[in-house]
Amino acid sequence: MTAFESFVAGPWGAAVAIAGMALVTYLCRIAGVVVMSRVRITPRIERGLRALPGSIIMATILPVVIDAGVPAMLAIAAAVFVMAVTRIDLASLAVGLGAISLLRALGV
Amino acid sequence: MGSPFGIGAPARLTGKAVKGTEQSLMSTLRPHFSSAGFKHGARLAVPAFPGFIMFALAFGAAAAQKGLSLGETLGLSAFVYAGASQMVGLEIWQKVWTPSTILTIITVTAVVNVRMILLGATLQPWLRDEPKLRSALNLFLLTEAGWIISTRYHSEGGRDVGILLGSAAILYVVWLGATLAGYFAGAFVPDPRRFGLDLVMPVFFSIMLVPLWKGVRPALPWLVAGLVSLVVHALVPGYLFIAAGALAGVVAGMLIE
Repeated sequence: MTAFESFVAGPWGAAVAIAGMALVTYLCRIAGVVVMSRVRITPRIERGLRALPGSIIMATILPVVIDAGVPAMLAIAAAVFVMAVTRIDLASLAVGLGAISLLRALGV
Repeated sequence: MGSPFGIGAPARLTGKAVKGTEQSLMSTLRPHFSSAGFKHGARLAVPAFPGFIMFALAFGAAAAQKGLSLGETLGLSAFVYAGASQMVGLEIWQKVWTPSTILTIITVTAVVNVRMILLGATLQPWLRDEPKLRSALNLFLLTEAGWIISTRYHSEGGRDVGILLGSAAILYVVWLGATLAGYFAGAFVPDPRRFGLDLVMPVFFSIMLVPLWKGVRPALPWLVAGLVSLVVHALVPGYLFIAAGALAGVVAGMLIE
């Protein structure tokens, strides 16, 4: 058994795991800024990055919402409608969550 | 939606940031940092609280159930600070570690969090002239929800980095507090499904899509992102579908003139 093997098998193993996870996550957090400060931002790259906020939202929620079924889709439609009309984010959130609980209570 | 500042909330937002001085135009166009912006950013983050609280409660409860110590649980929330990877990490958490299980958990964490590279890339022009140390802190606190709030502010013409740091800092505090609460009280949290709280993040993200809407054409990459994420989600286990879909959206954005 090497020294590192016996070290991580002991009480410090969890701390090493957390430190490793933290380090690799921080590298992901700073990598984009570090890379982009060395790349010249062409109009093409700018167009791509401008598409990112909406893309990451769609990529995050679409599979989850489809798995969650019809009540989730109806509730999100309601929340988006309220947001489009009022532009009040907290009210829209409340409408969305209210709609889900209502639809689930009704057994939709 | 034609004017750069939009309607409703945006007017409130920019009005707050510039305080009606004659340099208002400059201060909205050039990146800068203000403590008023920091406080305003903290307020802008409030709609993201429910999602953060639910996720951190769930993580704290799952960690306690899995037998992690309080120190380990808070350590993950405080230093890794990335919900999805923390949850996945719990699934492969060990009582006794070996170099290979440590390498595995680091690799899995990297795969789940690789999407953050894209978030950082969009922030670079905004942070270009910032002090290195403040950017290091800002990026440590980077999350999707905080980034989406700040992106909305930025797309409406705001350039105060205080908004970015303020919204990120308050979300970090909420995350740690709710992790702690979940660790001790997880068993007492009522069925979150009944109140739709399992879907609070998707609902919040959908709402934030509305101010980003600039017409059908700019939204075509979103469609590509959604379709690719659906396909990857169906074929590959884990959270890779987020990074794959987001990357597909960026590529589509580059290709569509």
